Amino acid sequence: MITVKPVRDVRLTAWQKTYYPELWKGLMVTSRHFFVNLARHIGRGMGLKTKAPMVTILYPEERRPLSPRWRGLHRLMLRPDGTPRCVACMMCETACPTDCIYITAGESTDGRVEKYPVAFEIDLLRCCFCGLCVEACPEDAIRMDTEEIDLGGYSRAEFYLDREFLLEHKPALTTHEQYPGEREGRPVERVDLLKMAKGH
Amino acid sequence: MSSMFTDFGIILGKIALVYSGILSGAVLLTWAERKQSALMSDRIGANRAAILGIRLWGLINSMADAMKMIFKEDYQPPRGLRMLHTLAPVFAMFPVFVTFAVIPFGPPIEAFGRTIRLQILDLDIGILYLFAFGSIAVYGTMLAGWSSNSKFSLLGGMRASAQMISYELILGLSLVGPVIVYGSLNPADMVAAQNTYLWGWLPKWGLFVQPLAFLLFLPAAMAETKRAPFDLPEGESEIVAGYHTEYSGMRFGMFFLGEFSEIVVLAGVLTTVFFGGYHIPYLYGGTEMAGGPGFYFPWGAYVPIAAWLVVMLRVISFVFKVAALMWLQMQIRWTYPRFRYDQLMRVSWREMLPVALINIALTGIVVMLLNR
Repeated sequence: MITVKPVRDVRLTAWQKTYYPELWKGLMVTSRHFFVNLARHIGRGMGLKTKAPMVTILYPEERRPLSPRWRGLHRLMLRPDGTPRCVACMMCETACPTDCIYITAGESTDGRVEKYPVAFEIDLLRCCFCGLCVEACPEDAIRMDTEEIDLGGYSRAEFYLDREFLLEHKPALTTHEQYPGEREGRPVERVDLLKMAKGH
Repeated sequence: MSSMFTDFGIILGKIALVYSGILSGAVLLTWAERKQSALMSDRIGANRAAILGIRLWGLINSMADAMKMIFKEDYQPPRGLRMLHTLAPVFAMFPVFVTFAVIPFGPPIEAFGRTIRLQILDLDIGILYLFAFGSIAVYGTMLAGWSSNSKFSLLGGMRASAQMISYELILGLSLVGPVIVYGSLNPADMVAAQNTYLWGWLPKWGLFVQPLAFLLFLPAAMAETKRAPFDLPEGESEIVAGYHTEYSGMRFGMFFLGEFSEIVVLAGVLTTVFFGGYHIPYLYGGTEMAGGPGFYFPWGAYVPIAAWLVVMLRVISFVFKVAALMWLQMQIRWTYPRFRYDQLMRVSWREMLPVALINIALTGIVVMLLNR
């Protein structure tokens, strides 16, 4: 048996075919928006509390809250004693699909870690902001949570970020706290996975 | 001799007044276009240009626009026809400005010992003059398309000429109705006829006695201005910028200004033919009624108003009507999407043309029966 699906007849009626009634409807929609928004703008101008006449966010002055997962400009994290967390393991450099991270490792003398980054450079013009370096890092030393999204400059050199810039660069905005207390440089409690595995 | 100089001075004064009006109207329209479209779509619109931090709701942007156009590089395509390329914007702008000459923007006033008509050119064939210059406007776009040595420009020019010739027909035929009703081609006579009343209360505005003509004239005239929904000659998604692809700087600015001036002029024509010109319903001037100037309402009430105030009110009424019609054109421009080219041609030749002819026939029959 053949089943049929009834299709709504979308042919225009004679009234609609005269064109003008439908044009009038459209004009009424836009005119309504025009006059309502005009009234709201005037109301705001006079200091009344009206509904927002626009959906616009006036960008440089106002900013949209960003998602905690937003990937912006990179930064390098510090230990409480002020030394970089990075141990120059080259995981991020390896993970990077655009090869924009250049690390020069040096031997550490403080006895806690073996290596530290003598130089840690990011060529921002090559970076594709994929965040794989952040995922690869075993020390949580590199993050992209500065919420700096308006990156501009007048020369190529400005986009070549060195170790000092990345270490000293503090997030400009705090629309959210990713890890409470983390921003001040206090360490998060480390979970020893090996100990956990033995315990169970 | 001195009277000749006075006449000359008066005419120059009127020209200066009207053209400064059109130009400032066109400049304000560039602002209105941005702000009105913004309000319609819940946005804010241009508001960044500022002088010493004063933004004036985006009005400074119009000035910034003018500055940009004046100082931008004036490029001419190296293998184009230089002379025609230079002439084209002039041909596009000139007819628009000249058209306004026949439009009366106020009642005759008594000054300097003579009657001054607030109209640059009192022409008996005013409506024909309007069409004559309207037809010349097509040369501007055609020459621009031809002289640019660019395929996009040529396509735009071809589209523009086909479109403007098709819609000029509707433009002319739709105004035959009002011409029959008012029995004159003189805009001043048409305006005077619109201060008479049907059944004693309905003003004989073109809108009320010739509604069909209005519904035909408005889209046809908007097609002549080459703005959305009739902006196929520019059609940026298809042919870059159409006939002015190869124009920059003030040469482009002249096309731009011409287009916006055309909106002002079109609003003036619409006001004159369909919205009672400078007249306010039931308001009569100095010697038009035996009882003196003032409002004569259909229910018999009479409100006296000073003769000079009547003149003022009428000029204000003209300006207000023109402004309202410019608003309407903007609203239409930002509401409807662009036609497809075959739709454009079909609407003109197969739908509007028969209706225009029927309107002429019906108007003729009705006028003949009434005058028997």
